[in-house]
Amino acid sequence: MSLSNRTETDKVTGAAVCNEPEIDWKALRADFPILSRKMNGHPLTYLDNAATTQKPQVVIDAIKEYFETYNANIHRGAYKLSEQATYAYEEAHRKTAQFIHAPGIENIIFTRNCTEAINLVAYSYGRSQLKTGDHILLSQMEHHSNLVPWQLLAEEKNLILDFLPILPDGNLDLAQLPHLLSGRTKLVSVTHASNVLGSINPVREIIRQAHNAGAVVLLDGAQSVPHFPVDVQDLDCDFMAFSGHKMLAPTGSGALYGKQELLEKMPPFLAGGDMISDVTFQRSTWHNLPWKFEAGTPAIAEGIGFGAAIDYLNRIGMENIWRHEQHLTEYAMKQLTEWPDVKIYGPKGNRTGVISFAIDDIHPHDIATFLDQYGVAIRAGHHCAQPLMKLLKVVATARASFYFYNSNEDIDRFIDALDKTRKFFKK
Amino acid sequence: MILEDLYQELILDHYKNPRNMGTIDHPDVHKHVKNPFCGDEIDLDIKIDRENQQIEEIRFKGEGCSISQASASMLTELLRGKSLHEAHDLIEIFKKMVKGEATPEEEEKLGDLQAFKGVSKFPVRVKCATLVWNTVNSGLKEIDQAEK
Repeated sequence: MSLSNRTETDKVTGAAVCNEPEIDWKALRADFPILSRKMNGHPLTYLDNAATTQKPQVVIDAIKEYFETYNANIHRGAYKLSEQATYAYEEAHRKTAQFIHAPGIENIIFTRNCTEAINLVAYSYGRSQLKTGDHILLSQMEHHSNLVPWQLLAEEKNLILDFLPILPDGNLDLAQLPHLLSGRTKLVSVTHASNVLGSINPVREIIRQAHNAGAVVLLDGAQSVPHFPVDVQDLDCDFMAFSGHKMLAPTGSGALYGKQELLEKMPPFLAGGDMISDVTFQRSTWHNLPWKFEAGTPAIAEGIGFGAAIDYLNRIGMENIWRHEQHLTEYAMKQLTEWPDVKIYGPKGNRTGVISFAIDDIHPHDIATFLDQYGVAIRAGHHCAQPLMKLLKVVATARASFYFYNSNEDIDRFIDALDKTRKFFKK
Repeated sequence: MILEDLYQELILDHYKNPRNMGTIDHPDVHKHVKNPFCGDEIDLDIKIDRENQQIEEIRFKGEGCSISQASASMLTELLRGKSLHEAHDLIEIFKKMVKGEATPEEEEKLGDLQAFKGVSKFPVRVKCATLVWNTVNSGLKEIDQAEK
């Protein structure tokens, strides 16, 4: 990675950017071995980052190093190897806590992914704290992982699910919030940034109103934490779920942040080894946070890889990553909006680098197959958001999603392949 | 180019101008199928000529990608008037062909439907091509069982 300090003007806004480290984004691509591979005879143009991101060499090396030099189970071996593994795994929790500005390691539970983190809250908090007739407020743009766990819980406990609607421009209809927050709303779970529309939701205001109404708030941070600075204490959310594998870490890594007083009163999610304090044949007491929620041997290597990914992101700086992704998004949007037959879903401004689109008379799968032949990987489908697809009156969309290692050249190749697709199907 | 192996003129033509689209009054078989991964949907109606054990009429309605919709359109053209026995064979051959497992002699029997041979180079699209074929297959099996 190459970093140097110099004064520059922001290429998008034209504003002077003083003393910002100028990052050589192109050189940084060399940190990702996969980006040098060819796909169907073309350079790989990976634009499915909302699904999972590529891994830098340092993350791959961290996992390799663990297996090659200090592989052992954690929290039990009275020997050096286990101590090393335990330290590295706990350190990854500490790094994760710092990354989202959580008070400490007690607030960070490692999970397999964002889905498991949300399920943990639904099963543990939901089952123990919600009562028949209570309401849960979600939004109409939730990923299935922030919908289906609540449906199961609602069925089991006779709860009512309410939905904050979306406006035609792809933003949440915040004006409806006061009407939807009844005295019986005990939990609000919304996405921080949409995996389909790219919308960044006004979560600070949602949290403020929800708290005034006596509800706790879970944020689905799968599409926010990897892309811009997030401070859970400043936002004052009660829970935040996110995936490690969408921010350079290996698959099998994810995390749940929770306020300590809430985590303390929640019963364990999974039970078994490593999560107990004292066990008799009839009953047990629980280990300290966060281990109370991490039963059994966890994904140690993946957790250590998660820590290495966070170190890497910190070296670039989340502010820089956000600015660069905004630049990429604007660059792509400028070209896409020039074509009258291309429809873009989601807001025009205040959005992430997730761009869902459709082209008249060309099915998203045909677009994806066509682009793949030019080495361009995008997603086509319902993006695990079928109810939202129904609202948009489509069965599927095509979706390109960027990460900081994407370049203008990637976007040029994407646009060029898209243009070939349009011409092919319209001949 | 490999893309042209997949997107043959004939396939694009059937995608843009699907044949035998619609429904049948009082069909012997009605099937609705949805691919949960991509959202492609097909409604299929079949009328059977019981005396001759033939497919008398077959119509579909659907929404989806060019491959799934063209496959449905071309299937209706191929299977109309075929005996149930022949239909069964053709379904098996088609499913083999798109996986690259059919012999040239078998493929001959599919006529225009050989346009789908290129699908075998795109493994992720095989399910698009076979969606309607699996639907007909399960519909015909229901008739089979009802008659036993």
